[in-house]
Amino acid sequence: MYKEICKKFAPTKDNLIYILHEIQDTHPQHYISEEAVDVISDYLGLPANHIYGVLTFYSMYSTSPRGRNIIRLCESPPCYIKGSENILRKLKTLLGVNVGETTKDGLFTLELAACLGVCGNAPVMMINDDVYGDLTEEKIEDIVAKIKGGK
Amino acid sequence: MKYFRSHVLIGINETSLNAGVHAFIQALRLELNKQNLQEEINILETGPLGFFGKGICATVYPENINYENLKIEDIGELVNEHFLKGRPVQRLMFDAIGSFTPKFNYDTRIVLRNSGIIDPENIEEYIGTGGYEAWEKALLAMKPMEIVEEVKKSGLRGRGGAGFPAGLKWSFTAPLEAKQKYVVVNADEGEPGTFKDRLIMEGDPHQLLEGIMICARAIGATKAYIYIRGEYKLCINRLNHAIKQCHEYGILGTNIFESGFDLDIEIKIGAGAYVCGEETALIESLEGNRGNPRWKPPFPGVKGLWQCPTVVNNVETLANVPFIIKNGADEYKKYGTPECTGTKVYTILGDVAHPGLCEVDMGSTLRNIINEYAGGMKKGFKFKAALVGGAAGVLLSEKLLDVKMDFSSLNQYAAVLGSGAILVMNEHQSIVDMLWSILKFFRHESCGKCSPCRTGTQQLYSLISKIRKGDGTMDDVELMQTLAETMQQTSFCALGQSPIMAIRSALENFKDEFIAITTK
Repeated sequence: MYKEICKKFAPTKDNLIYILHEIQDTHPQHYISEEAVDVISDYLGLPANHIYGVLTFYSMYSTSPRGRNIIRLCESPPCYIKGSENILRKLKTLLGVNVGETTKDGLFTLELAACLGVCGNAPVMMINDDVYGDLTEEKIEDIVAKIKGGK
Repeated sequence: MKYFRSHVLIGINETSLNAGVHAFIQALRLELNKQNLQEEINILETGPLGFFGKGICATVYPENINYENLKIEDIGELVNEHFLKGRPVQRLMFDAIGSFTPKFNYDTRIVLRNSGIIDPENIEEYIGTGGYEAWEKALLAMKPMEIVEEVKKSGLRGRGGAGFPAGLKWSFTAPLEAKQKYVVVNADEGEPGTFKDRLIMEGDPHQLLEGIMICARAIGATKAYIYIRGEYKLCINRLNHAIKQCHEYGILGTNIFESGFDLDIEIKIGAGAYVCGEETALIESLEGNRGNPRWKPPFPGVKGLWQCPTVVNNVETLANVPFIIKNGADEYKKYGTPECTGTKVYTILGDVAHPGLCEVDMGSTLRNIINEYAGGMKKGFKFKAALVGGAAGVLLSEKLLDVKMDFSSLNQYAAVLGSGAILVMNEHQSIVDMLWSILKFFRHESCGKCSPCRTGTQQLYSLISKIRKGDGTMDDVELMQTLAETMQQTSFCALGQSPIMAIRSALENFKDEFIAITTK
């Protein structure tokens, strides 16, 4: 399966970032496994070392399995002064996990992110590709409940 | 051609998408059909209208009425009252209570001239406003060096941060003989509080493309890349769509306008790293490496992407170029100040009455920007400080509100201009807290290549955390400043050289707060 994804791209080093994106996005657990790294390494003719270097450099990639919904809460100054710390506390209690952890049911992973560029609506978070802005503690409850209900 | 009685412009952006704008438009169309108004009222989807945090927004022409926070439930009233009977719905209007009418982007002139006015997904609307005329002129009526000279003469300076003269940058690369040259657009906007480039790309993607084309022609590049953050999905879609349209219209591709010039533009997506805003780190990332900055020289203009001569420019910089080429450098120089020409796009956030987007002449004062474009402070709040330029920016106090915002007046603080972020803080907010958040950001974003930055950002964070808790002394505060100064002198790239800006300005303008929170 990883091989098929690789083959969508020319075997040149500059495609590494895209291959990693695609593999991670199509994996149900949104991560890049050791096995995937080996396949990419073969395909691009790059040492696994280089791939790990890139993989661990960028904040959007993960080397460990994650939940179906990845919550990325912005903690940069514009969101911080609008109370992102309260939102984080709420998320932690609501989900029962710490930053970097996944809920037992595999539904959510909680992460922090640097500025998401939607500062007009601070505090902001993204869940997978969707942006949620002007967050309040009540809104967080709604959003989480909706996703849980729709699983 | 069809004539409509009214045009309803609805802003499509992250905020309105979040509020369900597509469902809203669908419902609005249904209602208009039901009332048999579909031939009289035209609905247009456009880019950001210029105000934020307001859900679904719409502007109705020719009445020039702005609605905000529209909900599907409001549609009945809106159609019945406004579109049928011609009575605008007061309660839904923007700032219905106050008397303040903010200046939206309608009176802006260069970069945002089309934003919120045309449909960014329709190339013909861009062409209809004079779009791609500059491209044709650059291609058919000007020699590459003439383009470089014109941009040089315009005084355009980079809008990414450092403020390097764009024409000068191009002039290093243009005369070089090389098999391949590249234009790389820095759209990896990561400075906290900054999203002007996102709005420029969402609102008028073709203007950026036209700027890229002219730059490519000037330096002789046949390939351009737009390096854009992965989070900016709407921009990525709009730009891809715009590039496709350009190929269909023969504006991009081979032998463009039968000039013998070939050009292709491709979008490359980042994966989340603040340091990739540094031009050599960005090039590393494009090549499929960790985004560690490179040693300069050689500068990218000589040896950049795959060791080929490469011009790296910010989105806003390039969006200024079509105006310069079409109207000439002299026309451009009418905006701004003699030393700092043109306009600057700002995003104003925080405790102002109307957070928003504006484009003003270079050299406008912070006070003017906050009062005229953001309606002053939010009711009940007093101005305390403004963080200008994001994390790599400076904290300005009230006494600096009348400093002219241009590269020469801001002098040592000049680097903060590029990002265009203005974050306004009220009197209840703590500067120490703010600085803590900024230094936490740097600790996270240091790439780890050089030790002054890798270790320094960690140490700065430890010191500010100690101070914030009330356990620090003024010696710690001083140490923080000395350390940041050392980092400024010894760090490999701008990231490690930046924390000093926020620290020094915080200490210069708000020293009392540090004295109050430290022991002895």
